This record gives sequence, C-alpha cells and structure tokens, in this order.
Amino acid sequence: MSDALKSGQAPLYVMAPKRSFRPRLTLALDTFAAWTLAIVWIAPLLFAVWAAFHSTSDAVNFNLAGAWTLDNFRTAWDGAPWMRYFFNTFLLVSVVLAGQLVVTTLAGYAFAQFQFPGRDVLFIIVLLQLFILPEVLIVENYAMVSRLGMFDTVFGIGTPYWASAFGIFLMRQAFKSVPKELDEAARIEGCSWFGVLWRVYVPSAKPTYLAYALVSVSTHWNNFLWPLIVTNSETTRPLTVGLSLFGAPESGVNISVISAATIMSIAPLLIAFLLFQRQFVQAFLRAGIK
Amino acid sequence: MNDLARYERRRRIMYGWMLLSPALILLSLFAFIPSAMTFWSSLFSRGTRRNPSEFVGAGNYDLLFADPTFAKVVVNNLIYAGVTIPVSIIIALAMALWANSKIPARGFVRTAYFTPTILPMIAAANIWLFFYTPGLGVLDQIGALFGFASVNWLGRPETALWAVIIVTIWKEAGFFMIFYLAALQTIPPDLKEAADIEGASRWTYTRRIVLPLLMPTTIFVAVNALINSVKLIDHLFILTKGGPSDASKLVLYYIWELAFSYFDRPQAAALTVMVLAVLGVTAAIKFIILDRRTHYQ
Amino acid sequence: MTRHTMTASLLAGATALTALPASAQTELTMYYPIAVGGALTQVVDGLIAEFHEAHPDIRVNSIYAGNYDDTRVRVLSAIASGDSAPLSVLFSIDALDLIEQEMIIPFDQVLETDEEREWLDSFYPGLMANGQIDGQTWGVPFQRSTIVAYYNKDMFSAAGLDPEAPPANWDELVSMGLALRETGPYGIMIPSTGYPYWMFQALATQNGMELMNGDGTETYFDDPAVIEALEYWVSLSAEHDIMPSGTVEWGTLRQAFLEGQTAMMWHTTGNLTAVRDQASFDFGVAMLPEKVRPGSPTGGGNFYLFEGASDDEYRAALTLIRFLTDAERAAQWSIATGYVGVSPAAYETDVLRAYAEEFPPAIVARDQLEYSVAELSTYEGARVRDALNTAIQSALTGSATPADALAQAQSIADRLLTPYR
Repeated sequence: MSDALKSGQAPLYVMAPKRSFRPRLTLALDTFAAWTLAIVWIAPLLFAVWAAFHSTSDAVNFNLAGAWTLDNFRTAWDGAPWMRYFFNTFLLVSVVLAGQLVVTTLAGYAFAQFQFPGRDVLFIIVLLQLFILPEVLIVENYAMVSRLGMFDTVFGIGTPYWASAFGIFLMRQAFKSVPKELDEAARIEGCSWFGVLWRVYVPSAKPTYLAYALVSVSTHWNNFLWPLIVTNSETTRPLTVGLSLFGAPESGVNISVISAATIMSIAPLLIAFLLFQRQFVQAFLRAGIK
Repeated sequence: MNDLARYERRRRIMYGWMLLSPALILLSLFAFIPSAMTFWSSLFSRGTRRNPSEFVGAGNYDLLFADPTFAKVVVNNLIYAGVTIPVSIIIALAMALWANSKIPARGFVRTAYFTPTILPMIAAANIWLFFYTPGLGVLDQIGALFGFASVNWLGRPETALWAVIIVTIWKEAGFFMIFYLAALQTIPPDLKEAADIEGASRWTYTRRIVLPLLMPTTIFVAVNALINSVKLIDHLFILTKGGPSDASKLVLYYIWELAFSYFDRPQAAALTVMVLAVLGVTAAIKFIILDRRTHYQ
Repeated sequence: MTRHTMTASLLAGATALTALPASAQTELTMYYPIAVGGALTQVVDGLIAEFHEAHPDIRVNSIYAGNYDDTRVRVLSAIASGDSAPLSVLFSIDALDLIEQEMIIPFDQVLETDEEREWLDSFYPGLMANGQIDGQTWGVPFQRSTIVAYYNKDMFSAAGLDPEAPPANWDELVSMGLALRETGPYGIMIPSTGYPYWMFQALATQNGMELMNGDGTETYFDDPAVIEALEYWVSLSAEHDIMPSGTVEWGTLRQAFLEGQTAMMWHTTGNLTAVRDQASFDFGVAMLPEKVRPGSPTGGGNFYLFEGASDDEYRAALTLIRFLTDAERAAQWSIATGYVGVSPAAYETDVLRAYAEEFPPAIVARDQLEYSVAELSTYEGARVRDALNTAIQSALTGSATPADALAQAQSIADRLLTPYR
C-alpha cells in the first residue's frame, strides 16, 4: 500500500498544492477499489484453474493444501475426442475468416470507391444485418443450410457469417481513407480495378484486416448456439459444442474434470491472448470504434 | 470523349454490382430470405398426421399470447436487459477509468478485467456452475465461513435469473471497458489541467467533461449490450436450462426450445418475428435518431 | 491340413476380404443418448466393435449426442436435412410424437419370419409398454431403467438404524429421514431437475394413481391422489427438513450422495455401476417405498427405426438391434451400467448370475419391474412434461401450492391434448 502511495505522482496535481493530501488518498482508494474489482473479476477463472489440478474432494472442500494432480486432465482427455474438436474449431475459424475476408473486401471496396445508383440504399440494407442477428434466425437458417445440403458440414456453420455487415462497414471505412492519388497513380500505370484493389487498397488496410481477423477468430472460436444446431457428428462439432456435451449434467458432473476440460479448451486462445495482449486489445479497439 | 465517359461510367456500375454480388447473395440467403420465410411460416399452423398445415393468419400469435410461458420469458428478458445493460455499462466505465488512471500494477488490472471476455460463454458457464452448486459450490463454502445457510442459487426461482445475469455481466463488462478506454485516451489532457486550475473536483470533472465526451461510446456500448441481451443465452444451456419453473428462461432460448425441442416451428417463427420487430425498431432509432449527424459518405 | 486346402482357404479368405467392401457392406448411422454418469460411450464403442467382428458386412457409425432431448433433436435434424439414420436410441416415451410426425416405422414392417416375431416376446412386457401402440411395436428396449433408492449404510448405522432395513413406506421414509438428519446429512434427495416428472410419477404411482391414460390423450395431474403425492414430496423439505429446499440437481446428485451430503437418494438404476465404482462407503439399493402400493415408472431409451432408409439398411439395423439386445450383450450392458437387463434370458446368463450373487443390488431394478408402470407418455410429450416439470418445481420452491401448480399444469395439458382426443 505504501508503494501505491509513494508512486502517486501525476504532475497534474502539482497545480493544486492546497490539496496535496487528497490526491494521494484518492489514489489509494482508487487503487484499492480497482484491485478489489480485478481480483473479484479474475478469481473465478483462477479458481477453475486451481480446481482443475486438484482432486474433486479437495476442490469441493476447498482444501488449499491438497496435492496437485494431472489426473483430471487425463480423465477429461480420454472422455472425448478433443483433438478432433480442436481441429474442427481450427478449420471452422479458418473457413469463416477466409470467406469473410474475400466477401467483405469486395463489398467494402464497392461501397467505398464505386459510384452507382442505389449504392446508399444498398448500404443501409447491409447495415440492417447488424440487427437481423443470425442467432435469431436459427430456425430458418437451419432450414436454408439443410436445403443447400450443408447440414453438418463446416461450410454449414461458416457461410452464414461470410457476409458480415460489420466487416463490410470496417473495410469501407478503411478503404475510404486511402488517398485518391494512390488510386489514380495505379490506374495510370495501367492497373485493372482488381490490380488497384490488390496493390493499393488491401496493403493500406492491413491494420484493419488484422483487427478484424482477431475479432472474427475469437468470436467464432467461442460461438455455440449456431454450431450446436447445425452439427451432428464428431467430425464437425467444434470445441464449444463438444465441451457442452462433455459437461452436460447428465454425464454426472465431476467438477474437477469439467474444470480440466474447460481449461483445456480455452487454453490456446487464453495463452495467445496473454502473449499478444497489447495487439489483441488494440485490435478490438480498432475494430469496434467507428 | 463523351462516349468514353459514359462507357467508363457504365463499366463502373457493372463492377460495383459485381463486387457486391457475393455479399448480396449471401445476405439474401442467410438474412433476408430467412426473415421473409419466418414471417410467412408464422402464418401457418403446424402440420401433423392428423391436422395438415393450414393458413391461420394471426393464429400462432394468438396462441403465444395465451401461453403463460411466453409472458414469463418476455418479462424475464426485460429484466435481463434492464439489469445487464446499465450495470455492465457502469462497471465497464469504472473499469476504464481505473485502467486509465495511474495506479500500480495497471497491466494486471487491465488483464484481469478483460480476460473473461475472450472465454467462450460455455466455458464461463462451466466455471460459474462450480460457484453456484449448493453444498459443493464455492459461494456456499464462502457463505459457510460467515455462517450463512446454503443457498440453491440456480434452483430457486428468486435467484436463478440473477445468477444468470451475473455471469453475463462478468463476461461482457470487460469487453465494453475497451471501448471506453479507447475513448478516454482521445480526451486531450489539457482539459484535465484546466479543470484542476479551476479547482474543479474530480467528480465535477468526470461528470461535466468526461461523461459528455464519452456519450457516443455509451450509445455504441448500449446498443451492443442490447443486442447481447437478446443473443447471449449460451450459458442457459449449462446453468439452468431456463428453469426452475421457467424462472430464468429467455426469449431466444424459448425460440430454440419451441423449434428444436417441441418441434413447433410455426410458433417459433411467430416469436422470431416479434424479436425481429423489436430489433428493427431499435435499428431505426439508432440509425435515424442517434446517427442523424453521421453521414455514411 | 494339406498345403492344397490351406492355399484354397487362404484364397477364399482373401477374396472374401476384398469382396466385402465392394459387394455388401451396409453403413448404419446410429445416434444414442446418455443420461447417467460414467464412461458409457466407451461401453457402447466396445459393443459396436464386437458387432463389427461378428458382422463384417455391416459398418456402424455410432454417435453420442447428449441427453435424450438433445439426441431427439440431432436425429430429427439429420432426417430433415436428408441424411439417413435407419436406427437410433431415443426416449422410450417419444414414440407417440414420433409416430404423429411420421418419423418412425413399426418393427412389424421389417420382421419377416415367425422366429423374428417371437423375438419381440422375449423382452419383459413392462419394458415393451411404451413402445407398443395401436397393436404394433415401434420401440425395442435397450437402456432401460427404473428408479431405485440408494442409501448409505454407514450413515444408517451411525443414526442407530438397521442398515439392512431401508424405508419400506412413506412414513418410514420420513421417520428414518428425521433420525438421519439428527446426525447431520440430509435424509433424502429426490432430483427435481432433468426429469422431475419421472420422480413424481413414482410418488403418484405409489399413491395409487397413474398420471395419464393408455392412449396418451388424457392426463390426471389435478387428481387428489396426485396432489397428495406432490404435497408429500414438498413436505420432505418444507415440513420435515430432511431434503434441501429448492430444486435438487439431477446431474450433481450422484456426486452429492458420494460426498455424503445425503443418506438416501432416488435415482435411475442406470447409475448403479458408477456409484459402485466410486462409493467410499457401504451402500445399499432398495425398491422405492410404498404408500398404497409399491411402484416406479420404467424409463430410458428404446431402439426406433426411422423413415426413409432402404430395406437393406433396415435388415442390417435389425441385425444390430438383435445383437445388442441378445441375452449375453444385455447382461454385459447391465453389468457395465446398472440398466435393467431387457429380457429374462439376460438374467439366466452365467455372467449376470455370478454378478448378482456377488452384488445383490444388481437385481433390485429387475425385481421392481413387477410393480412398474409405463413412463409418462402423451402427445405433445415434451410440452406436457415441461408443464408438469414446471408445476413440480414451483411447488418445491414454494412459489405455488401443489394444488394450484398441478391445476395449472393440467389446464396446459388439456389445451395441448384437446386436438388429439
């Protein structure tokens, strides 16, 4: 705590010498409150990690001195085809992202750089999709995917997300900020519209692509309801659905094993996040702010 | 020359449509056609061996209004939205202010706030299930230390919905914090200096300067929180399955149940239409009123 | 063996091997649910592997799809989107709705010889009840259960009770529960999430009342005897405090029993082996107590044949079903899980005899079959059950009186069932 007080600095406060004590007190209170909230916020996750490495009876009896063990992970690992689930999820996020990048790039380019009648109306229609949530249309989308013969395939899970209104919006914003001169220069050199897109626009929107990719990957890594509806077998089921099956109350919940399975399935994204925290947060920022 | 210009113009129109066509086809397939089909199928009764499907007009809507579960899930969802939206926003704002202030170990604090956001809701629900289980759960163990009786958080109608709400807030507050954090960083530091010179208290500074500057972010976050309050139901599958006695059942979960558990697609469609109508009104408010000054140019 | 014949048989074997995949291999996709703990998927995989050895011309792709409700969704989704699923294991009580939606075909359509028709008579009649409708057989029993009472003998001794005399009637359940409660743990837990209507059906049956008629078009939720049964259930926590208040979670109950939180639990017999493997104390298994009569509903999953498959697939499916339900396999399955061996012949096998001798609780569920009734099954089954579940939970959580809650459930059921009467 004294450290907290000592490091209270902020040259800003020097301007108000009369209240030299209050900023320190405020900072101490702020620190206390911020830390408390942080601990409360992270505690459930830390606890799950702790429980995953302890026997069930130690975990439920809160036995902090209990021995550490990997048994739960062994049991969990043997209980379901996790490798297959990881692979499915990996494939799924790749398919979703690849499709989204192509579709949103083309559409964003059209909205940003082409003048044609009906464009603005179309844009509003696209934005409408921000509110027609795919989640709400599960029933008819399921029927549509079945009709197209994509039931229980990775494309069945992925394609409905390809034409992301959010992505189109982002790409349009990014392309709009590209200086017209670059575009014209490329044209004078004889580039086709595709050449211009590929050589000028796409490279200049790299940060947006990165941001969008991160958001897309983390969204679809975590998606549950729609994959639950359109997958039927181990060969397509992503991690989230596999985890829910594994942890279903009917399987006679063993808390430590479920914790282990949970930790296992979030580990890749969690580790990636902790390693690339700054980029991650920046990416979210860039993607979210209009 | 004129011909060339006209040719060029026509060519650009063609390219424009060509570039848009994948997006438009996909949006039609997975958003617009399904929306129309939902409305259409909500007008027909469910076909069974005895009673083939027939046109019933508003019949499915009448059935829903006569269905006590429908009223229950609507009220539940209103409470869910009414609590999660403001509480998440307030917590997110507090988190952002702290994560932006010069406190020690700020990196840890930020990470702690944000980490729940990147977990799948299913994983979050598994973690919280552990907390809520009566007798075995962590909350009960902590309560027991202080001499409280065991509480069946998920098994009592008075607490089940709140247990679900807490998980939602835990999951989304950190996400909204990021947007506030970004907005806070765009506030010029001289505003704070000026406020200090004027002798304004921190509260005055926050209320008079920071909050108004954060207004656009708040609107953006509120719209997102509203959308989440419709679609964030994954944890129900793990925690309560809508029980006990429908006490924690939300609208989208009920749509899922109607369609995939009761196989009553027409009623699911009718309920979906109502949700789409609500979202449509929200979209209209957002685009027409809130974004009036924003020109999509 | 001469060199000549050896070569010949090798050749024959080789041709048979190479010919198989091309000529006659039938592929079957089968979905199945699991509603109890333990590594049952591995048991099923083991049985399927045995089947592959015995019938190399049939390839079975068995898919674990969650609980009974999840599995129904998966099967119907697969069929609706044009995939073939000739057979699957679903809730035994889904038959009426599956027929109504024209999803399943009767076994009578596939059975060809008298021998095959007689096979249907080899099962316990009590287990056939839910699957025989309009004079035809739509479901064949597989993972079938009844509810049994598990009790902790150590706790009985500690409370001064005879560990060999579990409660035989409702009054004893309360008095013993009170004695046990004195020593600390809860006396009894009856699960009220997951399948509350099922547990409730046991109580109603014991009180002398069935919950529905045989055609699945009428329910009797507001009958005085039924209301009395729910009042008794509520009184266990509200009045006697021998059961926790609020709902008791189906999924975590086994854990709670094993951790010593309760001295008795009612649960499916399908949990028996898992309890046996994990209990650190001496436990017993008993039939449920009686009020005016003993009784428990049957429960669990049946094999169904689904519309839209080819004759070959149906024949292959039948081969598989007969394989999985024959006496040896039924005995093996019963030992691995605790589920009821589906035919009297299963209990005549050496393995199950030996097992029952060593572990008498293994035959409690079978003995109880004599008093069992068909599980609650009506048209609009899922919704009617949910209406009843809601009523039960409202009463247990104190948000409605048993009479009001059941009256509400009855009115919902009436509304849903009127078109079918």
